[in-house]
Amino acid sequence: MDFSLTSTQTSIQQMVRAFAAREVKPTAAVTDETCAFPRDNVQKMQRYGLMGMNVPTEFGGAGADDISYAIAVEELSKVCATTGVILSAHNSLFCDPLLKFGTPAQQEKYLIPAANGKTLGAFALTEPNAGTDAASQVTRARKVDGGYRLNGSKIFITNAGEADVYVVFAMTDPSKGTRGISAFILEKGWEGFSFGRVEEKMGIHGSSTRELIFQDVFIPQENLLGEEGKGFKIAMVTLDGGRIGIAAQAVGIAQGALDETIAYIKQREQFNQPISKFQAVQFTIADMQTQTSAARLLTYQAADAKTRGLPYSNLAAMAKLFASETAGFVTNKAVQLHGGYGYTREYPVERMMRDAKITEIYEGTSEVQRMVISSHAIG
Amino acid sequence: MNILVCIKQVPDTREIRVDLETGTMIRKGVPSIINPDDLHALEYALTLKDEDPDTHVVVLSMGPLQAKEALIECLCMGADQAILLSDRAFGGADTWATANTLAAAVRRLQPFDLILCGQQAIDGDTAQVGPQLAERLAIPQITYAQSVRLENHSVQVERQMEDGYQLVKADLPILITATRKLNQPRYMNIRDIVKVHQADDPVQVWGLEDLDLDPGQVGLKGSPTRVKRSFSPAASSEVRFFSGTADEMAASLIDSFRTLNLIEK
Repeated sequence: MDFSLTSTQTSIQQMVRAFAAREVKPTAAVTDETCAFPRDNVQKMQRYGLMGMNVPTEFGGAGADDISYAIAVEELSKVCATTGVILSAHNSLFCDPLLKFGTPAQQEKYLIPAANGKTLGAFALTEPNAGTDAASQVTRARKVDGGYRLNGSKIFITNAGEADVYVVFAMTDPSKGTRGISAFILEKGWEGFSFGRVEEKMGIHGSSTRELIFQDVFIPQENLLGEEGKGFKIAMVTLDGGRIGIAAQAVGIAQGALDETIAYIKQREQFNQPISKFQAVQFTIADMQTQTSAARLLTYQAADAKTRGLPYSNLAAMAKLFASETAGFVTNKAVQLHGGYGYTREYPVERMMRDAKITEIYEGTSEVQRMVISSHAIG
Repeated sequence: MNILVCIKQVPDTREIRVDLETGTMIRKGVPSIINPDDLHALEYALTLKDEDPDTHVVVLSMGPLQAKEALIECLCMGADQAILLSDRAFGGADTWATANTLAAAVRRLQPFDLILCGQQAIDGDTAQVGPQLAERLAIPQITYAQSVRLENHSVQVERQMEDGYQLVKADLPILITATRKLNQPRYMNIRDIVKVHQADDPVQVWGLEDLDLDPGQVGLKGSPTRVKRSFSPAASSEVRFFSGTADEMAASLIDSFRTLNLIEK
């Protein structure tokens, strides 16, 4: 067992940390305030090989391992959780299923441009009445000559409207329940495929979260991802990987809030001394640091197992559960230690506290993670 | 087009702390970085490579084996080849001996259309190695470049001056030293980081036996400069407070500037 980063991982950490500090941090507050999708950040991430970074080079990616990917999401999320999730959704939820389940032709057409960062990807599973109960899909794909006709809608889709390509799940045979769900690859601009309501959210304001609407969209047969009826499995496997990205995002948010707080308590004076001299403050920092470090270790462990080809579903669930709840705890304490200033938008911890909450909800709520973990533990 | 970029690994003196007891720089925990001006030289080379992928960019440095890290960083930014000149015999070199050593390496690597250096290093601050290297190689040099335009086989360079710039034109091959006004250096990129770290030995290391040089031309032996004494200037912390109206305080401030000969009497 070796807990030190490899030289590649160290270089990637150094690079993304500098990139995040200089390119992403200065606009994070404005992105939050204006709710504008940070297209500039995406273009810069493409230039530096972050989009598709963990896709093998033969498929257009940079060929980095999953710990490097977790480090990148973490470093970005330290300063801007919106930018972190754009990268996570693109890599984990679009590139990964194409890599695992795509045909060579699909990989050539959709994975290579996405891994190059020329296109942006999204993943659409959730529906108004099918959240955790993903099997209650009502979006329907009917078999027609040469392909399928898709009708229905998806909600809360990350990168929606901004993304060029979408992995979309739909019922092909409602009589079969989860075995009747199939996955498809859709392109923005196809006839009948449109975008609906833009959600107004508590946090990650710059991340585009929208509804997808399908009105008789024709999907050619070659855009069926995996086999017909295997969509639910594809979704679950994809979300296992996605949870590593969200765990990394949560670790980043927590570390970012901790960094801000340590800087603040050293300069904030009350009773003629910096508040960092008070033991109550010191002990709070100790708890924040310990939980953040533990969350990071769980996240890297899950990422390492994925790279090694070992089972990681349970590890990813534990990482996501613990890291997201840690982000909630740490950002809450960060605001508390900033006092009244922490509640204002003058300091970034207010934004970080709002951003943290989503990590306990998307890509499987904490309750879903507990279901996964307990089923592994109890059997 | 063949481009050589000379870089130096330096302690990050932008965040320097001084031991108040001994008056010396605290080296412990000070990270080593690529000399900031050298990054502008490398960035210009990489910009030319972006425009013409046939451009070959070699990065050269002299220093202890630890300087490999700095060269690896250059490769991760997109340079094609990296060479480190490292040998006990090279230790203690002043700028003269350093230029001798670099020039010998350049002669072995010939030919280059363009040699780029940073204007000066933040540790020694001499700004001599670039110009001395050009002299050793008997090629023209243009120092303090704030902009460079390459056309056919010549360059048009704006040299940064205190009160403006000087426009200079010259034919290749040439050595140019870069100022920070020249460009904004890029970051390493993930593709190159992964590729470079997969290579067995991304940095070639050359010692004295690899260069056509006498031991007397390099290192301390080859250095005419002798350091007589090193000292830290005494830190003084005299603070004077002025009181009165704004006009009176301004007048007192001007008077004290005159007393200190900071402005004309």
